[in-house]
Amino acid sequence: MGLDAERVLRTIAALPARAVEPLMAGLQRLLGVQRLPWVFLLPNLTIIVLFALLPVLINVMYSVTGSDNLYPGERHFVGLANYATLLECGSYLDPSSCSRDLFWRAVGNALVFVPTQVVAMIGIALATAIALNRRIRARGFFRGIFFFPVMLSPVVVAMTWVWLLQRDGALNGILGAFGVEPVGWLADPSRAFKWSVFVTVWAHMGFYMVILLAGLQSIPADLYEAARMDRASPWRVFTRITLPLLKPVLLVVFVLATIRAVQTFDEIYVLTGGGPGTATKMIVHYIYDTGFAVMPRNYGLAAAASLMLGLVLFVFTALQMRLSRGARDA
Amino acid sequence: MPEAIHAFVTRRRGGIRADWTDWVTYGYLLLGVVVMLAPVLWVALSSFKSETNLTEFPPTLWPEAIESVKVEGFARELPLFRVTRDDGTVATMAQVRRVGIEATLVDPANPGAGRIVVPIERTEAIRKFHLGTENYARLLGSTGGRIWSSIYNTFFITIVATLITLVMNAMAAFALSKYKFRGSEVALLAILATLMVPATIVLVPIYLIVSELGLVNNLWGVILPVISTPTGVFLLRQYMLTIPDELLEAARMDHASEWRIFWRIVLPLATPALTVVAIFSIMSRWNDFLLPLVVLTKPEVYTLQIALAGYTDENGIQYGMLLAMTTLTALPLALVFIFLQRYITTGIASTGIK
Repeated sequence: MGLDAERVLRTIAALPARAVEPLMAGLQRLLGVQRLPWVFLLPNLTIIVLFALLPVLINVMYSVTGSDNLYPGERHFVGLANYATLLECGSYLDPSSCSRDLFWRAVGNALVFVPTQVVAMIGIALATAIALNRRIRARGFFRGIFFFPVMLSPVVVAMTWVWLLQRDGALNGILGAFGVEPVGWLADPSRAFKWSVFVTVWAHMGFYMVILLAGLQSIPADLYEAARMDRASPWRVFTRITLPLLKPVLLVVFVLATIRAVQTFDEIYVLTGGGPGTATKMIVHYIYDTGFAVMPRNYGLAAAASLMLGLVLFVFTALQMRLSRGARDA
Repeated sequence: MPEAIHAFVTRRRGGIRADWTDWVTYGYLLLGVVVMLAPVLWVALSSFKSETNLTEFPPTLWPEAIESVKVEGFARELPLFRVTRDDGTVATMAQVRRVGIEATLVDPANPGAGRIVVPIERTEAIRKFHLGTENYARLLGSTGGRIWSSIYNTFFITIVATLITLVMNAMAAFALSKYKFRGSEVALLAILATLMVPATIVLVPIYLIVSELGLVNNLWGVILPVISTPTGVFLLRQYMLTIPDELLEAARMDHASEWRIFWRIVLPLATPALTVVAIFSIMSRWNDFLLPLVVLTKPEVYTLQIALAGYTDENGIQYGMLLAMTTLTALPLALVFIFLQRYITTGIASTGIK
């Protein structure tokens, strides 16, 4: 019985191959082995052209054309008007003086959110990685506990915290036991912002913790042994051995976290909906609103905003590739 | 016994005794366990509470229900209360009805003895631990099969996209690792360059292309844009580079076609790398949100994530079903994680990708 099931599975798995094999063998005869790699690459390259290269070009086109029509032929050229609209501001310190105040509020939120979230997250990830790198019991268990939220979907993460933080929720219940009045954690702009930072840290910290832990484990143990012989204090060991040797990995992780933080959308969209007001609206949320959620859809503005965000990401990604090469060589 | 436990806990690998830094470490880790685990357990636990139990504040730790009893002369079961009677004695009675601040109760053992009316402050519900599955039953039953279509859609997208991702990325990786040809470096760079183009910044054009292909509100509309993953190609290529070329040469001697070599020799040998790519693909596809949110706008094609995110808007707040749905949505990946933790964490640690 077991054998049969295996044979059936194997036959099913072989079916597409059997269908493709004559085709590929034919192509091999037709084109020769030298050109065959391109056949192997074709599906991938098609998808990349269709869903990465072409979109970038179309985005540029959208950003310099107006009207709410999705189809390129029916859009008129407006030059840099979309960019000008986005950037038009009485004073950059006061979003309400800008023609697209929501965009600037989103930028303003990101300018606070990204550094806060990244520093907090890497700090906690590093502390956790260091704790897990010590000689402790049940390391696998603890690592799993700190890591598992990474596996949860952003929607599940957000729903979990919505449930905990609501007025009749568990947090207010626990605080109530100590005589604290119920608080609307997500109803107040500044509290909602702090919780957005906390929830995204909670959800993604494990990812960076795992990378940092691998970095820590690659530091030779005899360095720590030597430090112990010299009776170096834990703090000294940390600043003189751990940090310098971890620096390449730490840099990569910082840039990686920044790239992700700039694009934060899913969790906060479900957690607070960008509110209350605009307190937790992020840039991708603005793009989504402008291009899709709010009628009339303004694809031109959304594209212009996307490209500006893309430019920021480009710089960070280039930096990351450089750094990770450095980290690998080190 | 306490000494034995103390010795067990404080003994470390290598027989070195614990010092204060170990206590700080364990303290931190235990705090972490609470902060990381409690919220999720709380949601799972809450999903087994009845709707009335859910609206209580402060919330009860365990799912609870009021104990009820069948009383002669009443069609439905009546809830049991502990009542302080006028003469100060306490008795267990069944509540017939409650009007305003007054409750009408009857002795369940002797319903003929007559009813008494007391202010509700003097009644206290008798509660018992009750793991209610009604939220799940309602979610999976009454919503008219809506949830089942979301479950189907999510599974379809996850499985189909992952299979295509594996074959397609492996093909590209095979070409880029086992052949020397002009343009191979350009092709690799082109694939890796897509790392710079996350979906968040090409959302509008991807939507245009998907709609030009007639795939809005079609599951393929969220599969096609994401099946080529640069990190997957890269990972597979690096792995395939370690497969000795002599194996391929030997097969060529036997007149095996290039496809046969790829399918029968290279692919099976690349299983470890394929596993990692598959796990990451399953994770990403199951959790995808922004693209489905834009492309799938009809309830029939919703994925679980979209259905879950839009749940409150559509149905008002029915926390019971919402919590059951959250738990169900998280469950499959939780299982994947429990069984494949090692693969996942080493995969991330060695590639820095997700």
